[in-house]
Amino acid sequence: MKVELVDIHKYFGPVRANDGISMTIESGTIHGLLGENGAGKSTLMKCFSGYQSPDRGVVRVDGRPVSFDSPAEAIAHGIGMLHQDPLDFPQMQILDNFLLAFEDRILPDRRKGRKVLRELGARFQFDLDPDAEVTSLTIGERQQLEILRLLALGAQVIILDEPTTGISAPQKEKLFATLHRLAEQEGRSVVFVSHKLEEVEELCHHVTVLRHGRVTGEAEMPCPVSRLVEMMFGRNLPPAERVSVQPGQTVLRLEGVTVPSYRLQVQDVNFEIRAGEVVGLAGLEGSGQRLFLRACAGLEWVSAGHIHVDGQELTGASYQRFLDAGVAYTPANRMEEGLVGALTLSEHFALVDRHGSFFLDWNGVRERALKGIAHFNIIGRPDDPAAALSGGNQQRLMLALLPSHLRLLLMEHPTRGLDVESARWIWQQLLARREDGTAILFISADLDELLERSDRIVVFCGGQMESVHACDTTVEQLGYLIAGKGQTGG
Amino acid sequence: METNFLIQTLASIVAASTPVVLASIGETISEKSGVINLSLDGSIALSAMTGFAVAFTTGSVTLGMLAAMAVGALVALIIAFASITLRQEQVAVGFVLTMLCIELADFLGNPFVRRPGPSVSHAPIPYLSDIPILGPVLFNHNLIVYLSILSVVLAWWWTHKTQPGLKLQGVGERPESAFARGVNVHRLRFVYTVIGGALVGLAGASYSLSIKLGWSHRHTSGIGWIALAIVIFGGWSPWRVAVGCYLFGLLKALGSILQRNSAFVNVPTQIFSSAPFALMIFALLLLNSEGVDRLLALLPPRVARQLDRAIRGRSPGGLGQSFIQE
Ligand SMILES: Nc1ncnc2c1ncn2[C@@H]1O[C@H](COP(=O)(O)OP(=O)(O)OP(=O)(O)O)[C@@H](O)[C@H]1O
Ligand SMILES: [Mg+2]
Repeated sequence: MKVELVDIHKYFGPVRANDGISMTIESGTIHGLLGENGAGKSTLMKCFSGYQSPDRGVVRVDGRPVSFDSPAEAIAHGIGMLHQDPLDFPQMQILDNFLLAFEDRILPDRRKGRKVLRELGARFQFDLDPDAEVTSLTIGERQQLEILRLLALGAQVIILDEPTTGISAPQKEKLFATLHRLAEQEGRSVVFVSHKLEEVEELCHHVTVLRHGRVTGEAEMPCPVSRLVEMMFGRNLPPAERVSVQPGQTVLRLEGVTVPSYRLQVQDVNFEIRAGEVVGLAGLEGSGQRLFLRACAGLEWVSAGHIHVDGQELTGASYQRFLDAGVAYTPANRMEEGLVGALTLSEHFALVDRHGSFFLDWNGVRERALKGIAHFNIIGRPDDPAAALSGGNQQRLMLALLPSHLRLLLMEHPTRGLDVESARWIWQQLLARREDGTAILFISADLDELLERSDRIVVFCGGQMESVHACDTTVEQLGYLIAGKGQTGG
Repeated sequence: METNFLIQTLASIVAASTPVVLASIGETISEKSGVINLSLDGSIALSAMTGFAVAFTTGSVTLGMLAAMAVGALVALIIAFASITLRQEQVAVGFVLTMLCIELADFLGNPFVRRPGPSVSHAPIPYLSDIPILGPVLFNHNLIVYLSILSVVLAWWWTHKTQPGLKLQGVGERPESAFARGVNVHRLRFVYTVIGGALVGLAGASYSLSIKLGWSHRHTSGIGWIALAIVIFGGWSPWRVAVGCYLFGLLKALGSILQRNSAFVNVPTQIFSSAPFALMIFALLLLNSEGVDRLLALLPPRVARQLDRAIRGRSPGGLGQSFIQE
C-alpha cells in the first residue's frame, strides 16, 4: 500500500506546527522521520493517523484521496499509530486494553482475544500475560501491546512516534527485528519517528527530515550522518568534549542503606559522591537504580543505614529538607510527576518559588518565566499550558525550574526524548553546574550518554550494584554488565 | 415470629433503599463515562414532583414514571451539553442546576402539595415471591423496586462484561486513549450521561410514587447528596455501590430500631442518622490501609490482584475532565 501525505498544514494559534509538508511512503519499506524537538513530527503523524485533523492537505492511499476525522476511520484504511507516550489504559487489564478497540458486538470474545494476543505475540516473541494489568508492564512492553493491537486491527501502515525512548537495549533489538519483519517479509509500511541518527541508519530505507514545520530534506539510506545532521539543524555539530573537574568534598554519603520495595530490595549500599563529580546509574528498567536515586532525595523509605548530605544526617527526612540542603530531583515521567499539564509556564515558575511572599507578584513571575524561556530556548509562551509543549520542550522546562544553586542534582533520564543538539546543550548546562561544585547523579538508558558524560558509572542488576570507570569501559562491556553477564576486565 | 420480623425488616430496607439505589447507579454510569452529574439532589426533587404531578393529572402511574425519567434525562443532557460541547466546569454547572431544580420543583409543585394521588401498585412476582426468605425480601414489592434491583445487575453486567461497557470504562478512564482506539468519546459521554440521568429521574419517581407518596416541600430531603457520596464510597463499581446503598439502609433501619429501645432514649437522634457515614468512612480507611496491602502481599499475585480489585475502588482516571479533539 502506497501512502502519500500532500501539503499538510496544521497551525496551533500562531504556531505553525506543520507548514505544507508532503511525503510519500512506499509499501514494504521503513520510512524514517527525523527532526529536532518541536519540528512538527508528532503533529504530522497525528494528522496522518486521524488523531488530529489537518487544517489543510490530503492523504492519498494508493492514489485515492481519503480523509479521516478520527483514528477509527484511519485504521479502517489500514493506518495505525503508536503515540509518543503510550495511549493505553494503565489501570485496565492487558486483554481489555486489547479488546477495547474491536468492533461493536455486545459480548467481547475473550477467548478469541486471548488466542489472537497469544498467537500474534508468539510470532514476534512478545511475551504478554493477558490477565496482567498494564501498570505492571515496562514502556517497551506497553509498545508491544500497542503493536499487536494495530496488527490485529489489520494495520498496513504502522507509525511509531519515538518508540525507542525509554526502552531497554534488548527490547530495542526485539523491536527492530519486528519492524524489519513487518516491512520486508510482510510488505507493510513502517514510519519510524526518531531523533537518534544511529537508529535511523540501522533501520530505515528512506528518510524525510523536518525542521520548523517544513521538509528540509529527503534521502535514500545509507546516507552520511553529517548530511542528516545538517538537514536537521541547518549546520554541523562538533563532537562532545570532556572537561574534567577536580572533585571536591564529599556531598552525599550512604552507609549500609537498605531500600525495601515489594518487588526488589536494594540492600546494604555504601556510596559516596563528591562535589563536581558526575556519576551515571545504568541498568535495565526496574533493577533498583530508580529506588536508589529516589532514596538519595528522601523520596523512598529507607529501612536501614544512614544518609548524609554535606556531613549532615538526613536519614528519614522529607524531600523538603533535602531540598533545603541543596538536593534536587527531576523525575523521568515529565507529564505524570514533573509538570502539571494544565498549568501555564508562568504558573510553574510561581509554583517552584519556595521563599516567595504570600501574594504572588505576577509581573515578577512572568519576567522570570520569560527569562527561563529565553535562557533554556523553550519554544512556548508564558501563558501556554505545559501540556501544549513538545516533548523536548517539556524537558527543557523541567530544567528551567531547577533552583540555581545546588549541591546535588538527581536526574532520571535527563535527555530522554531530546534531539542531539538539545541533548548536547542540556549537558553543557548541567556540566557548567559542576564548576560551582554541584554533584550530578543521573539514570540513563542511553549507554553512549552514560559513557560520554559520567566520571564513574554504577551498574545495577537485580538490586546489586557494581561500579566501573567511564573512561576505560566500552559500550559492549557496559551492555554485558547491565544484562548481568559480568565481564569487567576484558 | 423472630424470623418473620427479620424478613420484614430486610424487605422494608430493600424497598426504602430504592431511590438511593437508582440514583447511585445512575450516577455511577454517568461518572464511569467521565461526567460528574452533580445536580442529583435537584434533579431528584424536580423529577419526583413531575412524576407525581403527571400521575395525578393523567391518572397513569406509568406516564408519571416516564415523565420523571424524561426530566432526569433532560437535566443530564444540559450537563452533558455544557460540559462536553461548551467545555464548562461540570461541577459548577451541576451545582447551579441543583439549586435551580430544587426551586423549580418547589414553585411548580405548589398545586400538588399534600394531595392524595396514585401510587405504583404492589405486584409480587409469581413463583419467585414464594421462595423462602429471598422471595419476600426481594420479590414481594412493586415495579420500581424491581427496576432498582435490575439496574444494579444490568449496570454491572454492562460495564464489566460487554464490549460497549469496555468502551464506557475506557472513555472514563482515559479519553485520549479511547479516542485513539477509535471510540467516539463525545457521543458515548452524551449517551451514558443521559441514561444515568434517566435513572436519577426514576429515583425521583420512586420517591413520590412509591416510598413517600405525594409531594410536599423538601420532599426528597437531601437524598441526592447521599447518593453522590455512596458512589464514591462504592468505588464506582455497581455492585459495591449497591452494597453501600443497602448498608446505608440497614444502618438507618438499625438506628430507628435502637432509638425505640429504652436504653438509647437519651442518645440524640442525629447520632443515628449520621452514624452510617462515619462507619463508611471508617470502613474505607480500613480497606485502603497498608495493613491490607501487607495481607494481600502474602497471597499469590493473581488472587491478590483480583481481591484488590474486588474490595477497593478507584475513580475513573478521566473523571470530570473534558476531552478536546483537535
Ligand atoms: N496541542 C497543541 N497546542 C498548541 N501547540 C502545540 C500543540 N501540539 C503541538 N504544539 C506545538 O507544535 C509544535 C510541533 O510539536 P510536535 O509535538 O509536533 O513536535 P515534535 O517534532 O514531535 O517534537 P519532539 O521531538 O519534542 O516530540 C511545537 O512547537 C509545539 O509546541
Ligand atoms: Mg514528538
